[in-house]
Amino acid sequence: MVRIAVDLNRCQGYAQCAFLAPEIFAMHGEEALLYNPDADEAQREKLAQAAAACPVQAILVDAVDAPAEAVSGAR
Amino acid sequence: MTQSLLHQILDYTNRANPYPIYEELRKTPVHHEGDGPYVISTYHEIRSLLHDPRISSDARNLASQATDPLPETSQEEGALPPGFLKLDPPEHDRLRRMTNRPFGPPHSPHRVDGMRGELHDIVTGLIDGIGDPGRIDLVEQFSYPFPVTVICRLLGVPREDEARFHTWADTLAASLDPDPDADPAERGKGAHDARMQLGMYLAGLIEERRKNPGDDMLSQLATAKGEDGPMTTMELLSTAALLLIAGHETTVNLITNGMLTLLRHPDVLQRLREDPRLAVPLVEELLRFEPPVQLVPQRTTLADIEVRGVTIPKGASLWLVLASGNRDPQRFDDPNRFDPDRPDIQHLGLGSGIHSCFGAPLARLETQLALSELARRLENPRLLEDPPPYRQNAVLRGPRHLHITCDGIRPR
Amino acid sequence: MPGDGSLEQLRREGRIVVVGASLAGLRAAETLREKGFAGTLTMIGDEPHEPYDRPPLSKQVLLGKAAADRTALPRSRAVDATWRLGVPATGLDMAARRVRLADGDEVPYDRLLIATGVRARPWPREAEAELDGVFVLRTREDSAALARRLAAGPKRVLVIGAGFTGSEIASACRERGLPVTVAERGAAPLVGALGGVVGAVAAEMQREHGVDLRCGVMVTALEGDASGRVRAAHLSDGSTVETDVVIVSLGAFRNTEWLAGSGLGAGPRGIACDAGCRAFDIRGIVTDDIYAAGDVARCPHPLFGYQFLSLEHWGNAVTQAGVAAHNMLSESTDRIPHMEVPAFWSSQFGVNIKSVGVPSMGTEILISQGSLKDHRFTGVYGYQGRVIGAVSFDHARWLPFYQELIETTAPFPPPFTTVDRRPDGQRPLDADFPDPSVPTHGPTVTLSGYSPADRRMTFTPAH
Repeated sequence: MVRIAVDLNRCQGYAQCAFLAPEIFAMHGEEALLYNPDADEAQREKLAQAAAACPVQAILVDAVDAPAEAVSGAR
Repeated sequence: MTQSLLHQILDYTNRANPYPIYEELRKTPVHHEGDGPYVISTYHEIRSLLHDPRISSDARNLASQATDPLPETSQEEGALPPGFLKLDPPEHDRLRRMTNRPFGPPHSPHRVDGMRGELHDIVTGLIDGIGDPGRIDLVEQFSYPFPVTVICRLLGVPREDEARFHTWADTLAASLDPDPDADPAERGKGAHDARMQLGMYLAGLIEERRKNPGDDMLSQLATAKGEDGPMTTMELLSTAALLLIAGHETTVNLITNGMLTLLRHPDVLQRLREDPRLAVPLVEELLRFEPPVQLVPQRTTLADIEVRGVTIPKGASLWLVLASGNRDPQRFDDPNRFDPDRPDIQHLGLGSGIHSCFGAPLARLETQLALSELARRLENPRLLEDPPPYRQNAVLRGPRHLHITCDGIRPR
Repeated sequence: MPGDGSLEQLRREGRIVVVGASLAGLRAAETLREKGFAGTLTMIGDEPHEPYDRPPLSKQVLLGKAAADRTALPRSRAVDATWRLGVPATGLDMAARRVRLADGDEVPYDRLLIATGVRARPWPREAEAELDGVFVLRTREDSAALARRLAAGPKRVLVIGAGFTGSEIASACRERGLPVTVAERGAAPLVGALGGVVGAVAAEMQREHGVDLRCGVMVTALEGDASGRVRAAHLSDGSTVETDVVIVSLGAFRNTEWLAGSGLGAGPRGIACDAGCRAFDIRGIVTDDIYAAGDVARCPHPLFGYQFLSLEHWGNAVTQAGVAAHNMLSESTDRIPHMEVPAFWSSQFGVNIKSVGVPSMGTEILISQGSLKDHRFTGVYGYQGRVIGAVSFDHARWLPFYQELIETTAPFPPPFTTVDRRPDGQRPLDADFPDPSVPTHGPTVTLSGYSPADRRMTFTPAH
């Protein structure tokens, strides 16, 4: 799975992500964006297209080399 | 200085490389000569003006037509009213919202994404049909027919009518260009006639679509009844004309500029051949490096506004030189370097604010696909002439022909 | 101690502890590593989860379009930290530079970042709050439980408090076709954050979408049935709402109790810091080894008269985390201040609401573009003759312009016309904020105190 967050302070509703990766991003009304914060690995390529096309660069996607490393209670 | 900077931009001899002029222009971020337009050339000022509600896109707010060397086609009587590109809110917002309904989210979220297969087939067919690999005119054989085919299918315009609207579209695109040697009245009349003829052609088509609607955009626009009600016939005509013309002129240049840039950067071309995913950041960098719309010439001020210490009076004509902002070293490191790995690229290549490019997602997909397939299938491509011959147009800037040669065409 | 190599030593082999493993904590950790911090990093979090994003919890998750346990924050890089998750911090020894944990452990630090955030304010009557069907919404578990209950199709949902979160919950419920009543103590939804003029638009949106909106009322009691399930709510106007799901959305408490008695300047209003996110002690003297970021921090802001702002905003958490992390590793002259203009967003009833600046400081509002009636507009807030904030409803692309007006302390009302100026926008209106002495739900910016030298700050007494 690929973790996603969108900085919606930056987002201005250009909807490029919703055009290019409609499985992950959807417009809710004219300007509000809803997205699946945990996309399927198979969507990574479309996700890269969506993130690159964002005119305000608001889409944050897991860097490939940042593994999940949280371990509950580990010292 | 024998020639003003403004005229140097328009001078055809500078078409192949306008960037040194822009660099000169950026020394005075708000440039104003005589009674000409106020020319804005730095990134932050352009970006901020694109989001400034004191700036109008409606030519009716210009204090005087005479100060602008660009003829204003929207001022003609009798032809089509201005499309939403040349309107302000709320009319702009309403028309753009209605036009978006059959095109994009939220109402048609899968339209563009769903065209991927079709786009690929068109590209494959065009490359298959190239013929003699020894001498290819990429514009004639690829960059032009590809987006035209796409916009025709999308709108529901019969592809066989292309020859007819091609002439009108050329005339209209040329009318945007301030060719210093042309007689403005003559050109204004040419544009007027072209808009009239295009309007009549589209009116017939829309009538036909109303009777037999398909799933194309024209049918849906002609029959839609959303929250904003239906478009009037005149609105429908001007919107359709806008989409038809804007829908391919710019993409032709983007694809051609892209191939030209790749052939000048063989290392990047090689990387793209090895990894087609590079096309995604590459197209964004291309939109920065060689934007198909070099400047936005049709904005005006609704009030006296101050930009970098210069007061621009109400009713003044503004030029926002997007291509110059994209090369502003205050915003982009080493701006004259083509670098598809550039981080944080918020270019002005598709504009910004409410008038940002309507067809942007389609243009992106088309260009990504075109460049990655050309890179993959053309064997050892080289330029036959550099620079290539350009079109006259300084605003919608791009090569008229791009003659290349290659050793062969790889199979699909 | 610049120049004595201690900073270099800190960067190379120091110990940095981050208390609070959410947005601000994670972004700070990433920034520390990005800036070359090579020492040990310990992340302490009371929730047993890796850092996750909260905005989707009141939107996508309640709509059933995302799973509550799948909103983990993306990572920009590996942070190579020791994670102590599910173990709350319970105390701080400033002299010994140690954080005490609930399991009895103590973690030593050279630099400490406090990003413990806020928690949902629970329903004040404990027995009623315990009823089955009574929810708050802050954590992943809250959201998962509520989403499950909404999916089961309750007869009626009652939302108490029409701030942003309450309004978003009501919106999600209506989109799921559930009957919803919203009870708001103020005159309109969002009135604390955006004032009565804009609140009236929010009220109209709710009613147009079928919300049973009741303003100017308080919920006086929740009533359970024999099996301990909530069945009704009693309102101050004497009416009763029969309901099987109640969501208490009355704002938040700042998580500072664990610092009581530590000597740090922390209290119910947050942790007072300087513009560089360094925390003050209770004497009003700035510490040099303890920083605060995110919802729990209160920083003086130069654009707003150096008043201390507490901002429960996503962007603020990210920015302050970056500022705190940078300053921890910098000589005093290289430190950067937190100066970002406050900004937030909310989406509800299909409308994107965004704001910049501090609208709640405004006394007047001018509808500069669009119209209230269409629910598409920009509004500019004025305070003492200058622009202090702006709000947009489905007009986000214009907001950067208004942000520039705020940053340049432009005059109010703005002395120029704009595109799409309507009759609404001919003159400023009274912004109609509630009397500040009357508590309302959820202004997302609060003002308290004045300058860093102000000794009149009040703190929670130690016990």
